[in-house]
Amino acid sequence: MIELLLPSLLAGLAVALVSGPMGAFVVWRRMAFFGDTLAHGALLGAALALALDVNLYLAVVVACLSIALALTGLQQQRQITGDTLLGIVAHTTLALGVISLSVQQSVQVDLMAYLFGDLLAVTWNDVLALWAGAALIIALVVWQWRALLSITVNEELAQVEGVPVAFTRLLLMLLLALLIAGAIRTVGVLLITSLLVIPAAGARRLSSTPEQMAMRASVLGLLSVTLGMTMSWYADTPVGPSIVVAAAALFVLTLLRRPPS
Amino acid sequence: MDTALVQLDDVSLSFGAEPVLERVSLTLNPAGITTLIGPNGAGKSTLARVVLGLQAPDQGRVWRRPGLRIGYMPQHLQVDESLPLTVDRFLWLAAPGRTRHRREALARTGVSHLRRRAVRRLSGGELQRVLLARALLRKPDLLVLDEPAQGVDVAGQDALYGLLSEVRESTGCGILLISHDLHLVMARTDQVVCLQHHVCCSGTPESVSRDPAYHELFGPRAGTPNLALYTHDHDHAHDLHGHVHDDPDHHDHGEHHHD
Repeated sequence: MIELLLPSLLAGLAVALVSGPMGAFVVWRRMAFFGDTLAHGALLGAALALALDVNLYLAVVVACLSIALALTGLQQQRQITGDTLLGIVAHTTLALGVISLSVQQSVQVDLMAYLFGDLLAVTWNDVLALWAGAALIIALVVWQWRALLSITVNEELAQVEGVPVAFTRLLLMLLLALLIAGAIRTVGVLLITSLLVIPAAGARRLSSTPEQMAMRASVLGLLSVTLGMTMSWYADTPVGPSIVVAAAALFVLTLLRRPPS
Repeated sequence: MDTALVQLDDVSLSFGAEPVLERVSLTLNPAGITTLIGPNGAGKSTLARVVLGLQAPDQGRVWRRPGLRIGYMPQHLQVDESLPLTVDRFLWLAAPGRTRHRREALARTGVSHLRRRAVRRLSGGELQRVLLARALLRKPDLLVLDEPAQGVDVAGQDALYGLLSEVRESTGCGILLISHDLHLVMARTDQVVCLQHHVCCSGTPESVSRDPAYHELFGPRAGTPNLALYTHDHDHAHDLHGHVHDDPDHHDHGEHHHD
């Protein structure tokens, strides 16, 4: 069993580990719907990668970043509020992604694998790529931690104090795009937001500093992946949704604890 | 005062069709305390944002001394409920370094006991002292405080202004204060700028309180002798703990010079 599951497990753990700190930022900055929109847009990136025969991860990162930049520009106008805008972009890109996948008759694409992930199809090469990506993201987060946290607490204070606010915001989007690119093949575009948000929300109850929350979110994510895959193996349930259910169960458990001050 | 910290020349700014600042000129000098007063909506905060570099003016020139370090104490600070942030971590963001420095900064503003408290659990007065400690921790050349007297009682204001005087004397930093009326202006202010989109009048607190433009702006009550000026009539100074210490500089009231 372990030989069969090991690559899948390692892949899932890489995504969960990075989802901890990234999910904390998503929760603090109220970007859950934003992350969801990027994840939907990732499908369009994946479809384009197939059509143009370019690297999947690269295409997804480029698609996510383009969408993030376009959203930043679109939010300058004020007639349509941010969440409506996200709703429009999320579902439009998802629809375009599904259409462009379906018109590519030449390739047999399992749409479900992109939507809900296919951890069991992960190869050792994928595992290597995912851990390399995870190491890169964690290194960047640690390096820029103070700037990232400063703009999260208060962008104006950060700017007065000399933090390059625009650059840091862009970096956060890049990191999110990298994570989504890595996650698209493992947990799928529809479930990546849950892996970002649920462990971080659970960790909130258990933490009194931002660093604690980021790390404990990672731990909850790692547990969710392990529990979810175990459940999938024994109960023969789909892997991605099992991980999400495990994460949700852990979140409910944290609700039993009184929050620290 | 050979080199200014910040200098604004004929700065104008409008939001849409509404002019907010009209040809405002302002010079902030090292070790100088400038108080910006004016009614609500007069553009005080916007002017402060221009000084801070958070807002670019439509017209006019803004000059900042190269390498200028600014400590900023905003009027409000809302930390999201989802973000667990202790006072200590909050201070660390402004100036990463030894815990000792953060302890000292908090002691200076009299809130040592709050170091491990969550930022969003602080009362208005506590948050202001923490924000001031954070601003001081950066060893600023210029300290900008937006309505620091708000929500603080008279004794608290006295302590705050005493602390600002002491900071100015010990570090030589310039201070820009925003206040909504002259009653709260500290007697140690060197320069008062009365703003109503444009600069109505400016000078020492005494000269501004006698200026007809000031009375026009704030109404006749502003001229009541008892309220016109918050005089700091002390033969001693006390810090925010209430400890009394000698400070010969507190004797020289009334020796303000007009600029």
